[in-house]
Amino acid sequence: MAVNANDIRWVAHLARLEFAESELDHFTEQFNDILKYVDQLKSVKTDGVEPLTHALPIHNVFRDDTVTTSLSRDDALANAPDRRGEFYGVPAVLE
Amino acid sequence: MELHQRTVSELLNEMERGALSAVELARSFLNTVKAHDGRVKAFLNVNEESILAQAQAVDAKRQRGEKLGRLAGIPVALKDNLCLKGEVTTCASKILERFKPPYTAHVVERLQQEDAILFGKCNLDEFAMGSSTENSAYQITSNPWNSEYTSGGSSGGSAAAVAASMAPLALGSDTGGSIRQPAGFCGIVGMKPTYGRVSRYGLVAFASSLDQIGPLSHDIRDTALLLEVIAGHDPRDTTSVNRPVPKYTASLDDPITGLTIGVPNEFFQKGLDPEVEQTVRTALKVYESCGAKLKPVSLPNTEYAVSVYYIVATAEASSNLARYDGVHYGHRAKQFDSMIHMYSRSRGQGFGNEVQRRIMLGTYALSSGYYDAYYKKALQVRRLIKNDFDAAFSQCDVVMGPVTPTAAFKIGEKSSDPLSMYLSDIYTISCNLAGIVGMSMNCGMTKSGLPIGLQILGKEFDEEKVLRTGRMFEKETGWHLKRPTL
Amino acid sequence: MSQTTAPYRLVVGLEVHVQLLTKSKLFCGCTTQFGLPPNTATCPICIGMPGVLPVMNRTAFELGMKAALALNCNIARHTKWDRKNYYYPDLPKNYQISQYDQPMSYEGYLEITTEAGTKKVGIIRAHLEEDAGKMMHDESGRGKESMVDLNRAGTPLLEIVSHPHISSGDEVKAYLEEIRLLLREIGVSDCEMQEGSLRVDANVNVNFEHEGNTVATPIVEVKNVNSIRAVERAVQYEAQRQFDQFHVDHIVMNPTNKVTAKWIDDQGRTEVLRRKEEAADYRYFPEPDLVTVEVDDAWLERSKNSLGELPSQKRERYLKEYQLPAYDAKQLVLQGHAFCDYFEQTAKAVGDAKLASNWCQNQVMQLMNDRGLEIKDFSVTSDRLASLLVLIKKYNINMARSKDAFVQLLETNDTAEAIIKKLGLDVTFDPAMLRDLVKKSIAGNAKAVADVKAGKGKAIDALMGPVMKETKGKAPMDLVRQILQEELQSA
Repeated sequence: MAVNANDIRWVAHLARLEFAESELDHFTEQFNDILKYVDQLKSVKTDGVEPLTHALPIHNVFRDDTVTTSLSRDDALANAPDRRGEFYGVPAVLE
Repeated sequence: MELHQRTVSELLNEMERGALSAVELARSFLNTVKAHDGRVKAFLNVNEESILAQAQAVDAKRQRGEKLGRLAGIPVALKDNLCLKGEVTTCASKILERFKPPYTAHVVERLQQEDAILFGKCNLDEFAMGSSTENSAYQITSNPWNSEYTSGGSSGGSAAAVAASMAPLALGSDTGGSIRQPAGFCGIVGMKPTYGRVSRYGLVAFASSLDQIGPLSHDIRDTALLLEVIAGHDPRDTTSVNRPVPKYTASLDDPITGLTIGVPNEFFQKGLDPEVEQTVRTALKVYESCGAKLKPVSLPNTEYAVSVYYIVATAEASSNLARYDGVHYGHRAKQFDSMIHMYSRSRGQGFGNEVQRRIMLGTYALSSGYYDAYYKKALQVRRLIKNDFDAAFSQCDVVMGPVTPTAAFKIGEKSSDPLSMYLSDIYTISCNLAGIVGMSMNCGMTKSGLPIGLQILGKEFDEEKVLRTGRMFEKETGWHLKRPTL
Repeated sequence: MSQTTAPYRLVVGLEVHVQLLTKSKLFCGCTTQFGLPPNTATCPICIGMPGVLPVMNRTAFELGMKAALALNCNIARHTKWDRKNYYYPDLPKNYQISQYDQPMSYEGYLEITTEAGTKKVGIIRAHLEEDAGKMMHDESGRGKESMVDLNRAGTPLLEIVSHPHISSGDEVKAYLEEIRLLLREIGVSDCEMQEGSLRVDANVNVNFEHEGNTVATPIVEVKNVNSIRAVERAVQYEAQRQFDQFHVDHIVMNPTNKVTAKWIDDQGRTEVLRRKEEAADYRYFPEPDLVTVEVDDAWLERSKNSLGELPSQKRERYLKEYQLPAYDAKQLVLQGHAFCDYFEQTAKAVGDAKLASNWCQNQVMQLMNDRGLEIKDFSVTSDRLASLLVLIKKYNINMARSKDAFVQLLETNDTAEAIIKKLGLDVTFDPAMLRDLVKKSIAGNAKAVADVKAGKGKAIDALMGPVMKETKGKAPMDLVRQILQEELQSA
């Protein structure tokens, strides 16, 4: 499966990555090289094979419903690029 | 051997009998860093003041006659994707340039409990994505054996720090070979434990189902000791397994009688450098001479491992790295037109090329219409790869082969060709996909003087057997005693 | 009813999100308490800082399981978590941990009753997920920026998705009221729409005959509905709007033309937000930081046993065991199990369930509401109420005087016996004596008698007055009225 520059623009939008238009062709080319390589998987017979998401055979790991200490507001917001008083500030999001 | 070139076991002995203080030791390593790191560039940050304060605290504790931890006074370098409360943790990325986590990684807490000295943060490929430590936003780490060559990656800083004797121990993380490959390139021991053996709490995630933290050291004993300290259950990581941690150092010198070594044909095919092949085969002969049996085994899906990995790992990464968006922490672009633009520009500026490439690939593999063809397919082949190992381990104790197809490559050699870089991980990746143990150790040198790594793979939670197997080789050969001249 | 006369059939499916009554969040130990100062109930996990990991809250899973069982759902024996990826500033990781293709429960139903009858609304699935934080939009200075509070981020939610089986505003209301009652009764959620612990999105369209064909309008998902009444109004508004819109553009439903709209309550209308096909591609995939959950027979059994009696079962029992009318059963059960226990204890002690029901629904509830009391701290215990009711029956005390006694019961520590005595209500009126008084009244008030006979029903009061006066207002009015009527007829 090959992708074109438009596909790359769409994926970049989904991934929230800004690309310079000048980089696009080169990037598309590299992307297609990788896709061409991974397309080798198509030749593997996997009918009825259960996907393996985790190599671990464990399940039902829970914690008890107990409240632990939260961060202070100052500690929580210490790394915020745009702290606005008690909040994280972001550009206007219009509903 | 110089003080800083010795192994941890030796240094602990010296300190215990009072011949050496933790402060003296720390100063010795700090001096080595000052002398050589300008060239090697293994460290992103070494806080001399904090290091000496920690060392003084250990000496004071010893003087007061208090019980000391198992790593008392021993410097341990940390890959800079391990969080330490209040200290900048960058992942070698611009996007986390100023990020100070309000928490400490589980493994780092374990080091603190054992009175180790947290000795600086090491360079890596940005977010551990790479095989050469060239993808760091800050610096390129060079190979201590030859500065024109890469240290490998992504834990290149950790491996180079140990190889250059700037720290006796280091922690790295391994998602597709990121401990074993740089350990191999730098001629030291590096282990990726079984998935779930070590808590990932506080390790900045690359690919959650593959990431595992592990030790790097000069010899097997030191790796065993560090693994003993960091392994074990942590309720903060649901995927860390609740089972006892063996005392790896205790059994280390017991050779394994009747050892059967599986030798997969697929690890010795075209693309493997003849010098590497010959050296690894020589190592296998050493085992034979110790009474081990070599047995051909088959891992037929090895050829698909790189493809599976670059889909599974990038898919997980595309989601794991979505959080770097300039809202709650990390880099935010100065100018933008809208919320979406703020996201895409901050991320476009903050992430390097390789990270962006992987986020894109992972996003694509998960996107509507491609999920089944790529992501689901990759997970199915992942199961086949695991099945291969299960079958192999039913016939042998450990599997052996090279760590990489070649010894260290030159800086810049592969950086413009992502695919060829990816293919250099072909022998290390399947271990992460299957979740099993993998270790690399030095087994010889190329004619040009670069180390060659031997990889030992063991089944889940078989760290003890892998370590003992490695130790058998050390006793016969002594490659672990070699240090580069800087 | 407007729905039955409307020229279209309404089709509604509801997505209900309820916050679960856990103390801590779904994947971290931060408190879920409502109304704390902004950004004071967060930690590295719910802020989505790098390297920290989610750990499942067992209670959240168990509450989800209880709710699913109460909704007659199948419980999945194997369930997993997935990541739903989309960017929004109130979602710190930019993915939500949710459940995609293997939800914890599926295919259940909820039975609802409206004037149109009883029906089962199918439930497609109920699954767990984490809540997002809250956005504050600066609406003063032309909306320059928004602000984020993450206190709510990570609160456990159960999303309950119904089949589009709902076909009137009444049914919308009945479905939501029943879900709220059910989840409150089993202790899963407090379902306060004002506080956002119950949130509803409605998928609405209509179908009707048009030029010989049945047509269906494009589905609209209506959000921002903050009360049950608002959902009802929004659904009705939207149905009419879609019907009208069709006659303008003739656009029918297809898989890609679903849109999202926002309900503007004070204007009583919806506003389209975005077309769904432009919306995110969520790129769901299994959450690698969490392990799967396997539910075995024993766990399922424990969960079933923890449910207790459900509202529908209780209503059923009240009809059978107490012979109550359906209306009474519905009203009592609506008040919650503590109130129902009170009713049942009273009914048993009095031996007259209908009387107990009347009193509980009227006098008890009224007094509780007037005084802002809850049943658990209502000082007229079921024992005390029962002894009062026994005396009311015994002395045939009329309603006005009964209420006086009841208020005294609340305001003093006196026993019902003492109060009745104090008020002088412990009198048994001999019917013969009352008949004599009635006859006297008739004899002395010819005009009123004539008025009654001429059909002026009100005039009967004038005949009762002297009797009540003679008995100091204590005579049972029903009885007096009955005797009066008998006497007037025979006169």
